[in-house]
Amino acid sequence: MPELIAKTALAGKKLVVAGTTLAEIDHGAVRSIAPYPGQELAVGQALLPLGFGFPAVNSFAEKDGALIAWAGREQAFLIGADCPDLGGLAAVTDQSGGWVSLSLQGPLAVEALARYVPMDMRLAAFPVGAAARTPLYHMSMVLMRVAEDGFRLMLFRSMARTAWHEIEVALKTLAARAA
Amino acid sequence: MRIPCPLCGSRDRREFYYYGSEDYLKRPSDQGSIDDLDNQLFLRDNPAGVTRDVWYHEAGCGAWMVVTRNTVSHEVLGSELVAKKKGA
Amino acid sequence: MRIAGKGLIDRSKPVNFKFDGKTYQGFKGDTVASALLANGVKLVGRSFKYHRPRGVLTAGSEEPNAMIEVVGTSNQTPNVRATVQEIFEGLNTRSQNRWPSLRFDVMAVNDMVSPFLSAGFYYKTFMWPRAFWEAIYEPIIRRAAGLGSLSGKHDEGHYEKAFAFCDLLVIGSGPAGLMAALEAARAGVDVILCEEDRLLGGRLLSDDAHLDGKPAAEWVAAVEAELRACPNVRIMPRTTVTGAYDGGQYSAVERVGLHKGPRPDLPRECFWRITAARTVLAAGALERSIAFPMNDRPGIMLASAVQSYLNKFGVVPGKRVTLFANNDGARAVARQLMAAGVSVAAILDSRSDASAVEDCPVYLGAQVTDTKGRLGLRAISGTHVGGEFALETDLLAVSGGWNPTLHITCHLNGRPRWEASLAAFVPLADAVPNLTAAGACNGAFDTLTCLTEGAAAARAALAALGVAAANAALPTAEGMPYVIAPLWQVAGKGRAWLDFANDVTTKDVKLAAQEGYSSVEHMKRYTTQGMAPDQGKNSNVGALAVLADTTGRGIPETGTTTFRPPFIPTSIAVMGAGGRGAGFAPQRFLTSDQASRDRGAPMIEAGLWYRPSYFPKPGETTWLESCNREIGYVRGAVGVCDVSTLGKIDIQGKDAGRFLDLVYTSMFSTLAVGRVRYGLMLRADGYVLDDGTTARLGENHYLMTTTTAAAGLVMRHLDFVHQSECADWDVRFISVTESWAQFAVAGPQARALLNGYLDQPLGDFPFMAAGTVSVGGVAARLFRISFSGEEGYEIAVPTRYGEALFRDLVARAETMGGGPYGMEALNVLRIEKGLITHAEIDGRVTAFDIGAAKMVSAKKDCIGKLASTRPGLHGPERAQMVGLKPLSAQKITSGAHLFIPGADLSRVNSQGHISSVGYSPMFDRDLGLGFLVNGRARHGETVRVIDRLRDIDVLAEVCDPVFHDKDGEKLRA
Repeated sequence: MPELIAKTALAGKKLVVAGTTLAEIDHGAVRSIAPYPGQELAVGQALLPLGFGFPAVNSFAEKDGALIAWAGREQAFLIGADCPDLGGLAAVTDQSGGWVSLSLQGPLAVEALARYVPMDMRLAAFPVGAAARTPLYHMSMVLMRVAEDGFRLMLFRSMARTAWHEIEVALKTLAARAA
Repeated sequence: MRIPCPLCGSRDRREFYYYGSEDYLKRPSDQGSIDDLDNQLFLRDNPAGVTRDVWYHEAGCGAWMVVTRNTVSHEVLGSELVAKKKGA
Repeated sequence: MRIAGKGLIDRSKPVNFKFDGKTYQGFKGDTVASALLANGVKLVGRSFKYHRPRGVLTAGSEEPNAMIEVVGTSNQTPNVRATVQEIFEGLNTRSQNRWPSLRFDVMAVNDMVSPFLSAGFYYKTFMWPRAFWEAIYEPIIRRAAGLGSLSGKHDEGHYEKAFAFCDLLVIGSGPAGLMAALEAARAGVDVILCEEDRLLGGRLLSDDAHLDGKPAAEWVAAVEAELRACPNVRIMPRTTVTGAYDGGQYSAVERVGLHKGPRPDLPRECFWRITAARTVLAAGALERSIAFPMNDRPGIMLASAVQSYLNKFGVVPGKRVTLFANNDGARAVARQLMAAGVSVAAILDSRSDASAVEDCPVYLGAQVTDTKGRLGLRAISGTHVGGEFALETDLLAVSGGWNPTLHITCHLNGRPRWEASLAAFVPLADAVPNLTAAGACNGAFDTLTCLTEGAAAARAALAALGVAAANAALPTAEGMPYVIAPLWQVAGKGRAWLDFANDVTTKDVKLAAQEGYSSVEHMKRYTTQGMAPDQGKNSNVGALAVLADTTGRGIPETGTTTFRPPFIPTSIAVMGAGGRGAGFAPQRFLTSDQASRDRGAPMIEAGLWYRPSYFPKPGETTWLESCNREIGYVRGAVGVCDVSTLGKIDIQGKDAGRFLDLVYTSMFSTLAVGRVRYGLMLRADGYVLDDGTTARLGENHYLMTTTTAAAGLVMRHLDFVHQSECADWDVRFISVTESWAQFAVAGPQARALLNGYLDQPLGDFPFMAAGTVSVGGVAARLFRISFSGEEGYEIAVPTRYGEALFRDLVARAETMGGGPYGMEALNVLRIEKGLITHAEIDGRVTAFDIGAAKMVSAKKDCIGKLASTRPGLHGPERAQMVGLKPLSAQKITSGAHLFIPGADLSRVNSQGHISSVGYSPMFDRDLGLGFLVNGRARHGETVRVIDRLRDIDVLAEVCDPVFHDKDGEKLRA
């Protein structure tokens, strides 16, 4: 019997530049949840055992390693948890392999993103706990702010190498500026 | 140019795809006349002033919206979701 | 000459740099201009047209003369203003627009024949004969035109782009800008303060003004320290705001590494896009010259520049200075020079009613009418109320008054207003929404008013933002009225320059008016006035005053030309930062990417994706050999191909079938679960948008595939249809393109391969079936579809297993006489089968054209249905898809046109074109798909294939587009 080996997009890559860390996160399972018309509350109820409901626009919630993030119009991503049965309430798809998750944490994080993200990332406009759909350069992204200086990024798996390269260039550029 | 997405808030124009006049939302069915179709597809006002166009938050949340703006002052006056107009 | 104790340079840090091969020493903080002037170098460039010797005129980015090349290891930047470029150890610069040397320039002969080179010279001279235009005149003009030169190599420099947001953007850090920033900083709003210079302070530093009874530099330092301590303030020195755009957006260029030299990872420049809720423009003002005869010699500078070099750099570029001015400002310069121990020959004040009391001779009603000294000023002469004067002097400081730096207020089409009391244009309020001009750029030319206006502008911005102001106290400062009597030009024998950079004189402007180019926009284009790198910052107002004089109209009636972004010359490289080479677009890699590269496959771009072109084997010398072998795998055994790039859209919900019926021309709500159907999608205007297969995975669950090229387009289209037509339906969809790695397994041995590989052998799995299978315990999806005409399957696994699956499938195929195939083989296989891609459905093609009119269901509506029935979109007049088979084994090409043999080969006789071509080993010749007028009725006819770009002239038979297995027996085997 064949044995298929699973690979994440970047094989757990990690980079530290001037105290700022860029690392691939193995996000485990990712499920898209899109409630049918009028079912948002019911979906929220069904999710409650996980410790959160269906996320409000532009937000995410985390509980015991599980995370739910708003991921676009009428759509959320449940990450790192088994999805409860939402039959008839929402469309659910497996997105686990479709994305690469990156963690960007440290003093250069905000400015590194500001090289590519055309969105206002000041704390008042994009506070901790906020999620946004916004591009990283030309790449579609789900961006979450996990700390004042910490972000979680989700990008298409096929673009993982380009995304990594861009952020690495930004971090090294910022470090060179400060030198 | 900044465009207010009804879901995401004020965003850079580069996140959006421009489609065209709000007229595109009034598609005649296959029972309609060719004249209706011409009006919907091709015949456009070209106002010096307030105009309403359909935009897509393509690099964002995926919402289609009608953006009201002034073609003279370039002021963007507001936006509303296309889906909301259809009562969803 | 350096003046002890003066300047803001660091005299403890000498810096060596090169100019025209010679090494000079300056200090940290010097510009190339200040360091050269300190070394007694006055001649720094040659003028554009007459190759006149030129020296430094200004101390800022508006410099028209001192433009140099900065020479790097791989790059060479022309037209760098020496007044902006800071020196660093190892900086290598040279003068430009001269040969063989700066002191002796052969092209200076132009200066001798200048009477023939007046405005319009090129237009008048290079007219006839017409045959000379391209071969003779253009090369001559091109050689003579342009300043500086490039290296001819790629610019390998690193450039950066960034976005920034703030509540208040303050442009400029003179007294107005600093007060505005301070006021806003204390109120707690987010402030960005952009300053073009390396130091904050603006004219406060140049003027050596006093605030609170102390040197202004001390107040500037205290304000800067407070601002730097505020977390809500971002100070951006060396950053020029270059444009104002809609919605409070501004572009700015930051000199990041240009003053440090090349360092690893350090960008040369950064292009900023700043979004500001409010903006205070405090960009100051620029001094202007006076057009007096022979006013362009090295050693003739603006008075404000002389003052800047004295107070900021401790440099006075002369031993005996004369001042020529029409306003009071020059008096302070003279006093400061004398206080620094510099000899002042005289003050020449053009006003006859001005004060004559100074510690040096003052000539009233004075005008300079001639100057001497070819490579550096030696003497001047002129007239005054008491008669004539002649002075030995090596530095003439000129002030013709000040022009507010209002350029950015014109970027959104605002026009400035002429203010006669200032003899200057001032900005209109609200010319740029949410921007307030304050200080000198608003026509306030004394320090106290600048401070007051800056604070007031910030308070107005705070009020608009709904934030309480802190009401910062103003320092005490001098409030000196600005008194000016306009003097634009001085009559005399010699030429009087307006635009130094483009060599435009008062005579040229007058000539333009005489020849009918009396509108300011026409005069500009006829004379090239204001079209040099300084964009007329130094000369436009003077030129239009001369034009107004000549035409007898006033200045307000004459009007101005339009200021457009960018405010300073901006390198294309910084605007395209990050976009060079592979940085232009994201690269998308398949899970099989490494495995394909391991096999030596050249990768080709398919949209953003990289796909294997072919997989070479030892001994193969051409791609065609590999391609033919791979075609053989599929036709004779089994081939494996990564098809993950096709768009995959998961569609769920009770109304999913209904939704598909709306977007597809044919019926999908009736598709049985476990089956796949081919579908065609139309645009709103009735033309074909895309095609693909859709499988019904469950009662309320479909999986749509799109072409690789149109995946994004289809998603946008589906979103539009859903949100505009049926947002209330029970249907949800999302792209799963990236979530599944999908591989085609095709050929007579395909089923055997799968049966030996899947956890359970396939049971009944007919053509167009879809189902779930298991591979090594991993749930996979299997579709029996074919893009080759052979028995074919596509197997999809979650993406993280993609690489493993590809390697396994290829290994198994190879044991069965098959192997991997690439894009070249895939293309031939589909052409042989007559299957379309976007080469065929190119946006101008209807369902009728591709022979799919019957796919537009009569039983239901769909997007584009009514439009597809429009007259002209179907019928014998349409170019219809056909196959094309050359009569002999000759090459044909896509893009070639089709003609009736014997017809004249003119555009109107073109009967259609070829859209795709591949060499078919099966037929041992090229096969083409194409579009021919009324083509379906013309099978068997012979047409002439013409491609004049590639010298193709071949006869071909028109045939059915399906060359291989017309009845689909192999597909269904």
